[in-house]
Amino acid sequence: MIPSSVDYTRASSVTEAIRLLTDNPDAKILAGGHSLIPAMKLRLNAPSLLIDIARIPELRFISDEGDKVVIGAASTHHDIISNEAVQDMKAMIEAGELIGDTQVRNMGTLGGSIAHADPSADWPAVLLALGASIQVQGPNGERSIAANEFFLGFFMTALDEGEIVTAIHIPKLAEGQQTAYRKFMQPASRFAIVGCGVSVTVEGGLIKDAKVAFTGVSDAAFLDEGVAAALIEQPVTLETIEAAANAAAEGDIHINEDHFSSQAYRKHLAKVYAKRALAGACGLD
Amino acid sequence: MPKITVTVNGTSHTSEVEGRLLLVHYLRDTLHLTGTHVGCDTSSCGACTIHLDGKAVKSCSMLAAQADGSTITTIEGLATGNELHPLQEGFKEEHGLQCGFCTPGMIMCAADLLSHNPNPSEQEIREGLEGNICRCTGYHNIVRAIQYAANKSLVVSE
Amino acid sequence: MSNKFIGKSVKRVEDKRFITGRGRYTDDIVLPGMTYAYILRSPYAHARIKSIDTSAAEAMEGVVTIMTGEEVGHYGVPCGWQVNFKNGDTMKEPPHPLLVKDKVRHVGDAVAMVVAESRELAQDAAEAIIIDYEVLPAVIDASKAVEEGAPLVHEDVPNNICFDWEIGNPKEEVDAAMASASHITTLEFVNQRLAPNAMEPRSYIGQYDSVYDKYTLYTSTQNPHLIRLLMCAFVLGLPEHKVRVVGPDVGGGFGSKIYHYTEEALVTLASKKIGRPVKWTETRSEAFLTDAHGRDHVTKAEMGFDADGKIVGLRIKTFANLGAYLSTFSTAVPTYLHGTLLQGLYTTPKIHLDMTCVFTNTTAVDAYRGAGRPEATYLLERLLDLSALEMGVDPTELRLKNFIPAFDGVTQPGYQTNVALQYDSGNYHGVLQRGLEMLGYEDFRKAQAEAATTNKLLGVGFSTYIEACGIAPSAVVGSLGARAGLYEVGQVRVQPTGKVSVFTGAHSHGQGHETTFAQVVADRLGIPMEDVDIVHGDSDTVAFGMGTYGSRSLAVGGSAIVKSLDKIIEKGAKIAAHKLECSVDDIEFIDGKFTVKGTDKSLGFGDIALTAYVPHVYPANLEPGLDFSSFYDPTNFTYPFGCHIAVVEVDKETGTTKIKRFIAVDDVGNVINPMIVDGQIHGGLAQGIGQALFEGVEYDENGQIINASYMDYTMPRADDFPMFELDRQVTPCPHNPLGVKGAGEAGCIGSTPAVTNAVIDALWSVGHKVKDIRMPLTSERVWRAMQS
Repeated sequence: MIPSSVDYTRASSVTEAIRLLTDNPDAKILAGGHSLIPAMKLRLNAPSLLIDIARIPELRFISDEGDKVVIGAASTHHDIISNEAVQDMKAMIEAGELIGDTQVRNMGTLGGSIAHADPSADWPAVLLALGASIQVQGPNGERSIAANEFFLGFFMTALDEGEIVTAIHIPKLAEGQQTAYRKFMQPASRFAIVGCGVSVTVEGGLIKDAKVAFTGVSDAAFLDEGVAAALIEQPVTLETIEAAANAAAEGDIHINEDHFSSQAYRKHLAKVYAKRALAGACGLD
Repeated sequence: MPKITVTVNGTSHTSEVEGRLLLVHYLRDTLHLTGTHVGCDTSSCGACTIHLDGKAVKSCSMLAAQADGSTITTIEGLATGNELHPLQEGFKEEHGLQCGFCTPGMIMCAADLLSHNPNPSEQEIREGLEGNICRCTGYHNIVRAIQYAANKSLVVSE
Repeated sequence: MSNKFIGKSVKRVEDKRFITGRGRYTDDIVLPGMTYAYILRSPYAHARIKSIDTSAAEAMEGVVTIMTGEEVGHYGVPCGWQVNFKNGDTMKEPPHPLLVKDKVRHVGDAVAMVVAESRELAQDAAEAIIIDYEVLPAVIDASKAVEEGAPLVHEDVPNNICFDWEIGNPKEEVDAAMASASHITTLEFVNQRLAPNAMEPRSYIGQYDSVYDKYTLYTSTQNPHLIRLLMCAFVLGLPEHKVRVVGPDVGGGFGSKIYHYTEEALVTLASKKIGRPVKWTETRSEAFLTDAHGRDHVTKAEMGFDADGKIVGLRIKTFANLGAYLSTFSTAVPTYLHGTLLQGLYTTPKIHLDMTCVFTNTTAVDAYRGAGRPEATYLLERLLDLSALEMGVDPTELRLKNFIPAFDGVTQPGYQTNVALQYDSGNYHGVLQRGLEMLGYEDFRKAQAEAATTNKLLGVGFSTYIEACGIAPSAVVGSLGARAGLYEVGQVRVQPTGKVSVFTGAHSHGQGHETTFAQVVADRLGIPMEDVDIVHGDSDTVAFGMGTYGSRSLAVGGSAIVKSLDKIIEKGAKIAAHKLECSVDDIEFIDGKFTVKGTDKSLGFGDIALTAYVPHVYPANLEPGLDFSSFYDPTNFTYPFGCHIAVVEVDKETGTTKIKRFIAVDDVGNVINPMIVDGQIHGGLAQGIGQALFEGVEYDENGQIINASYMDYTMPRADDFPMFELDRQVTPCPHNPLGVKGAGEAGCIGSTPAVTNAVIDALWSVGHKVKDIRMPLTSERVWRAMQS
């Protein structure tokens, strides 16, 4: 399996990458390449130019900025899960360790993953649960997009033409906030059939804030408001969690299906994994 | 065509490569290092695993051009002279290979695992091999081969 | 004779090259002036080719030649085994052309081959070939293919039936036995189609040398000589002495590299045409479409019991899917490698199998690790455990009650089955009892009862299997339709210095022949293993051979080597007697020395070797030299057997199954290298468990494989298994000189039903009385079974 002919260039700065992208409408941004190159090998994707941004220093860093952790878009999955700054964000670690395999985690990047927006990718559910925002830069300058406004559909994001992801901002955990990620893997690819990222903030024994996000379930990762609503002001018990989890993946949403999982089974798994993730975050598993 | 310079198993090579040339084909066809194998099209099997700047990566899923400026170790560069790497020795001692096709990738992946977890549990070894497929051994003796190498390295470092 | 190596876990001599990256697989070989082939394949399962336009592709950079069916479509690859219809008519045998010119019959059918200066350019050019297809309705399922009005894969094969076939007792006798039964267990099930997935994709290089008018084919094959024979005599009509076939290191086969594939002949033809070497290496995606698949049976089976739980009859109807074309041994698998194993380990008095073998618009199906025997074992062992559940008796007691009593095949005769075979030796109670000890059966049932109240159910499944290996007596297989003999060749060449080169027709693709065979030779000759070299895989150096499959290499190939070793020792004794001036009857050969019995007068093996090549003091009428070749044709199959026990945990909320323990007690006869035998069992277990839980080629109604990559076809991985728990019983094979039975397939044959049985057992433990869950037992399928 060999890609079609393609030109390759390494950008030395974000500005240069954006200029190259603007000048070459058929070009693709290449970071770790672990989604793009397999697609090119199958000739499902045949860009004229690859703009490699993996080694741009301003894109590969992880820093603790007081109220938030900022992760450069070209940070690899391995960079992230082995970084001190995110260790208390259990959902980040639990998700990151389940992405692909060792080799993929050494090459694949956070920015690449979210820009690709595979409906079964792990990071989107975590970023939604953690209330992250995505920094992007394009020909018209920089802007910040909330995670819940970024993942729009099947391989579709809020990125405009010529824009690239530069960094991800994740708010530091509040007092009493715990997070978790649980995943039911597609056994062959190990992508998520259902991935559930959750954040629960407890004050005085009651749940004051909750975010429950799914990947793999629908055509894009999404926040499940129904589950979250059922948790608010409730005591931290398995009964609370089970009742809330039963509300998962209900309502007017499209549910994915494939030869590993029908819609009915996926919907069932969403409830089971919401329960498991919430129990994990609340220390009840 | 991009011009790349890479250090492979301690030797520097400079080559002009097609943009689309995969790193695994560069290693196999240009440098004639055929110990790195291609077993699939989808980054799944791990037979092509090498070390890029000290970390295990799948050389079938990256371009040669992406490796410009990097240091690469392949299975051919793992032993020190005639002295086998503990993992190579472990695979032989514990019968961790049959047809041998997945073996280089298994060893290179296991070397990455042991580099940051020198004394892994059986479960950690099994999870550490999730990106590598073997069709011959049922993984049983591969796990034991890695345990052998871990034990040997721990003894040596004590 | 010495006893230094046989029975010892000698480390493998072949490992050094593999662990240092210096193995030499076909795709590693680069020849001067080599070109690269890309094969353009049909995207449709069934379509008429209206036109092919290669003109744009031919004009592209780097293209050397393009071949189509117009040029080579009159050549086709043959089937190696003829089976007849019940009524005596010959099976339908439509041609399998190298490249198709009229009608494609499965997705992946080869239409054109581009040869170019690089693999990149070959693929680029193939994309420029324009083919106009008229798409036809496809037929995928074997049981539907025989229905009236189903699309015809081959116009001249009515109802898509290649042949129908039966074996066992007369149908009326079986019907009568079933009518007398007090309980009948009925099971309708699918033994699903599997992709073999040797990790090395198939790779071939054709090289034509015009100076010597000689062809060389490098091929990732399990049997180089068979490929040469088939390609020369049945495909291309080339003189065999002008064709050399080399099988370098081969990265696994599991059956899929037995067969003669069209691409082997294509690169051979193309190299002659262009006068340059031509390499073709498949991609994994192509492997899913073109490497012969395994299994694919649709079955209804009924087992009848009397009031005491004794089996009174077994009645089976099966449709076997052969795919679009007949692969080399495809017709033997559902018949002589499957129907003949339906006796199992049981005294079942009446058995009847009605088999229909069918063409469909799918990839060809042939032998895959176990080949027919796993299908027979799955059928029997599922029925045994299910019958026990249905009758409320213990599955192990039901087996013990029905087992054939132990027999050694020496002082007691072999066991004559109702399905043609005669078992050589067996002790079936022994392996089950040992397995139960290892399991701790009583404790397990207690733990299971406790687990039934939790979300993690426990189940245990049993499988006590038998297989027919070491294929095969040529006269027997010949009478059954095989178009080849199935002996093996072993040549032992003692060099003048006493070093030994052994040439074997068996061809290791992971089995460790370079070690195991050397252990046998070193012990028989009383010399160090380093003095023995095993040569295989080259038709120019090895006289002849039938290759490695069917767990036959040691039982048949090893026996051929032993025959030659016996001749070496016999001749050596004559030379020694002459030099030591005694009668040859007074010479004994022990620990590498020819000694005059009862004296300290002796000559070493090296002395005798040197004398044979420098025959100055030498017996009259004895030829110089010490080099013998033997053909060994076995007198019977060998019959390994064993007991496999799976303990599974089923997640009640998700249906996900986890293997908690896997116990295998196998009896493969004598063992030369326990380490290698255990390794063979481990690998077989992973494949057998893989079939039960993970693997399966899935077609959609249009004949597209929807999981033709490792992103969708679940290959077993390291974290899917616990450490396997193995033990061994030894019942020597009575009819070959090493007493060995073969170990390559045992793990894969026994394990699959144990896993399914264990999941079913777990479900019954909480009242879900399901009869079957279709393999692979994906989480959703198990979950759904629990919702009923």
